[in-house]
Parts: sequence; C-alpha cells; structure tokens
Amino acid sequence: MPIIEVKDLVKNYNGIEAVRGVSFCVEEGETFGFLGPNGAGKTTTISILCTLLSPTSGRAFVNGCDCMKEPHGVRSSIGLVFQEVTLDNELTAYENLKFHCYLYGMTRHMAEERIDEMFEVVGLGDRRNDFVRTFSGGMKRRLEVARGLLHRPKVLFLDEPTLGLDPQTRSHVWQFIGELKKKEGNTVFMTTHYMDEAEVCDRIAIIDNGRIIACESPEGLKSSLKGDTVYLRTSDDGLAEKELLGKFGFRPMRLESGGLAIVVENGEKVIPRLFDGLTVTVRAVNLKRPSLDDVFLRMTGKEMRDSNGDRPAGSQAGGRK
Amino acid sequence: MSYRAAYVIVLREFKRFFRQRGRLVTTIARPLIWLFIVGAGLTKIIDARSHGSYMQFMLPGVVGMTILFSSIFSTISVVWDREFGFLREMLVAPVSRVTIVIGKLFAGTSLSVLQGMALLFIAPFIGLGVGVKEAFIMFFLTALVSFSLTAFGLFIAAHLTSLEGFNVIMNFIVLPMFFLSGALYPVGNLPAFLRWVTFINPLTYGVDAFKHVLLPSGGALAAEFPFVLDVIYVGVFAAAMTLFSARAFERR
Repeated sequence: MPIIEVKDLVKNYNGIEAVRGVSFCVEEGETFGFLGPNGAGKTTTISILCTLLSPTSGRAFVNGCDCMKEPHGVRSSIGLVFQEVTLDNELTAYENLKFHCYLYGMTRHMAEERIDEMFEVVGLGDRRNDFVRTFSGGMKRRLEVARGLLHRPKVLFLDEPTLGLDPQTRSHVWQFIGELKKKEGNTVFMTTHYMDEAEVCDRIAIIDNGRIIACESPEGLKSSLKGDTVYLRTSDDGLAEKELLGKFGFRPMRLESGGLAIVVENGEKVIPRLFDGLTVTVRAVNLKRPSLDDVFLRMTGKEMRDSNGDRPAGSQAGGRK
Repeated sequence: MSYRAAYVIVLREFKRFFRQRGRLVTTIARPLIWLFIVGAGLTKIIDARSHGSYMQFMLPGVVGMTILFSSIFSTISVVWDREFGFLREMLVAPVSRVTIVIGKLFAGTSLSVLQGMALLFIAPFIGLGVGVKEAFIMFFLTALVSFSLTAFGLFIAAHLTSLEGFNVIMNFIVLPMFFLSGALYPVGNLPAFLRWVTFINPLTYGVDAFKHVLLPSGGALAAEFPFVLDVIYVGVFAAAMTLFSARAFERR
C-alpha cells in the first residue's frame, strides 16, 4: 500500500484553480519530487497533504489516514520543513526542539534523548544554547530538518527546503538530506523549482498550472529526449559543417553565438571520433546531457520561471516548440 | 486536549515575555505614568468634590488598563507567529486546535493577572487599604477579566493576517475600550450614544467590579453597576469569545 495516495485533488481559492485534478502515489522509502515553477500548485498540494488546507474536491491519504477525516493520524506521521523559516528566534536551538517534542507528546526523558541525537546528526551540538536569531540561513535549515525528524515521522515533507540559500549552502543542505535519508530511511516528499535539485529524487512529478504533466524517474524523463548535444568551436565552421555532414552524417546547427551544435545519441563516444575525422582545428568542445531543464521545456513549451542563473550555458539549444 | 502541548505553549509565552526587555519596561512604566503623572494633575481638580482622591479612583481603572493592554498584546503573538511562520509548526502538530487556543489563553491570562495584581502594591501609597480578603477576591476578578480579554484578543488575532492590522485594532478598538470603560471617569456622566458603547464594553464591567472591591462605596466615584451583573457579563463574554476563537483557528 502506498504511503501517500492522492486522487483527483482539486483546490480553488476565490475562483482561482490552484490545483486542477492531481493524482499520484508515493511508495514507502521513496524520494518523490514535485517540480514546477512558482504558482504551479506545489505548496497548495503539500498544504492539503499536511492537513493545513481542505481540498475543494478529491481525496488524499497519508500513511493510510484520510487527510480530511483523520488529520490527527496524518499529523503524527509527518514531519515538515516549510518554505520559510518557522523557528522561534526568541528561543534557543534547544528550546525550539524541546517545544516540538512536547508538542508531539514525548516524555521529558525521550525528548532529551532525541534532541541529543538530532543535534549530533545535524552537527549543531555546540550551538544548542544559542538563540536562533544568531544562526545563519544554512544553520536554521539544518535545525528545521532536525526538528522535522525529532518525532521519527514516516514521511518528511520538504517544501522548497533550499529557498533563499546561497548555492554553496544549498548543496550542503542536499548532501545532508541525502545522508539523513540513508540513515533514517524515511519517505521524502519534496518540492522544488530548481531542476538540479530534483535529480536526487527516485521519481519526479512535473507540475504546471495545477496539473501533473509527467511523472517518472529523472532518467526516464531525460531519456524521453533524443540525446546529448555536442557544441563545437572550430577554426572554420563552414568546412566543419560540410565534413560533419559528409563524413559522419550529422546535421549540425549553426549557433547565433558562433560555433556548431549537433545532437547525437552518445556524446562521449562521438567526440573522439570527431577529433580523428575532422581536418579543421577544433578549438572547444562542450557536451551537454539532457537535463530536467530540457525536459521541462519540452513538456510545457516554456522555460522554468524563476530559475536562478547558475545553470550551464547553452541549455536552451534543446529546441523550443 | 494534550497537557504537555499546552504546557509548552504556555512556557514559551512566559519565556518570551521575560526576555523582551522593552515589553517588560513598558508594562511597569505605563500604569505608573497614568497614576502618578496624569493622576497627580487631575487629583488637584477633582479631589474636593468626592469621597477619596482621584488617584485612588484611578487605581481600579489602571489595573483594568494594564490587563487590557497585556491581554491584547499577548495574543498578538499569534499574528506574530503567523507572520514568521511559527504558527504552522503548531498547526501541523498532532494537537487539537482547542489545545493551542487553551495554551495561548492560559499564558495570556496568567501574564495579565501577574501584572494586574502587582499594581495592588501601590494601593497603600495612595491611601487605599487592601487586605487579604480584598486581594483574594481581586485575584479571581483579574483572572476572569484577563481571561475574557485574552479570548477577545485571540478572536481578533485569528482574523489578522498582518502586523499592520494590529495598529488599526490598537487605535480603533483597544484605546476606545480603555477610555470608555469608566477607568478615567464614571460612565454615568457620558452622553447617551457613548454610554451605549460603555454598556457593551466588557472592560466597563471588569473595572466596575474592581471598584466594588477596592473603593469605598458611595460617592460620585464609586462603582456604578451591581457586582453580580459585572461578574455575569464578563463571564458570558469570556465564554462566547473562547468559543469564537477556537472556531476561528479551524482550517480553511
């Protein structure tokens, strides 16, 4: 039986359809990602699953409990890391965690044990008695993840857990979540609008305008694109173009920025052959595997909105519909 | 109802209260300013015509004011929590909404009682005698009034989505509630349309009850309503507000 089951979920806010009939299942132990631009309906769906919102229609189950009829059962089996920081700045790290333990009905002894354990896991033990307001963004995130795991939830919800963090801290947070998952083995349900972050998932649902438009493994999604793109800069692009067509049978595309691009099935094997076969001097080669950016582009016909600018160059070359 | 969860919600409010220096200082200074600055000036004018001094008359009103501000301010933590996301941490926890509301109510009530009761220590200095019996009755009365006003504040806070809204509430609800409560002058002298407001204002009955206990009866500045009416009105108001605020926290 799946740990999360969603059937035909619909949510309207004052006449605006935020979620328009979403259905999916998540198996126990899986890392499941919701990928989509801001306003696609990710947070709305998560809020319904976490019993913070009632759906307009449709059903949702977490750990076998109905999100509408048995909110208590759902609440005690989930942990949450929200988009925004939800720690109390006026309390110390330890007090924030203690608050959570008591809220979840743990005894004092059990709370102390779990708090010590989680401080160890997130590496914040030496700051336990410091006020949260003195923490950096990354430290606050780690503390929130620790808090979300204190009561050993079956499912950990991560709603844009790296929003507003710098790239270095973002990768730290992901590394940390990956390790944690190995240790604790929870089911993880996450949302993100960063393509690269979605790649850590076992399965990804691409959501846009309140609908799921694809739901598969990252590899599966990527293999639905035709192949790798090889970018070339040569001493004579005209000649190179003829040779690529004549000798190899590739159809190169001239890039506006100068240079050529070819789409091939296996870029790694093709590049050495190009060096052997071309008579023109190759000045630069760049291999680009299909990324989820490209997948999203293909599926929705538009680029991810609000994505940050640190993605490899040339990702738009996959072709716009 | 989860005892532990309610306990930790109360504990958090207490910690926050004693850690916010500005709030503590304001709490101590505000009633003293009213009593010894405003009160000192007005005493000279009003003294001759009444039994006891105007400063004595002000004490029950200042106790009421302190409770009003303290109760409303403590429920602002709900708006604050919403603004900073902390409310969600509580709303997704496996505790009932009633537990959260009771926790907040109890925290707000006890902080208000603490502040209201502390003012009784001033009584001897302005010539009012407060015995053990009076202090005991005042304890229950301040608890009842604090509870009703905290529940009222919670009901408002549940509907406020931003801290800006709080300023509006402060100016258009809390201040008029204070001025039209009989804290500064007897409400019987007011023009009819203002008197009507004082009749629905729960603080009017709270302050009146305090006057019954603290001030000598008779004279122009004594209590104006029957003590039993005071207690019943505040009690009914408290019950209604508790019900409304618990309902206001249900999910949308």
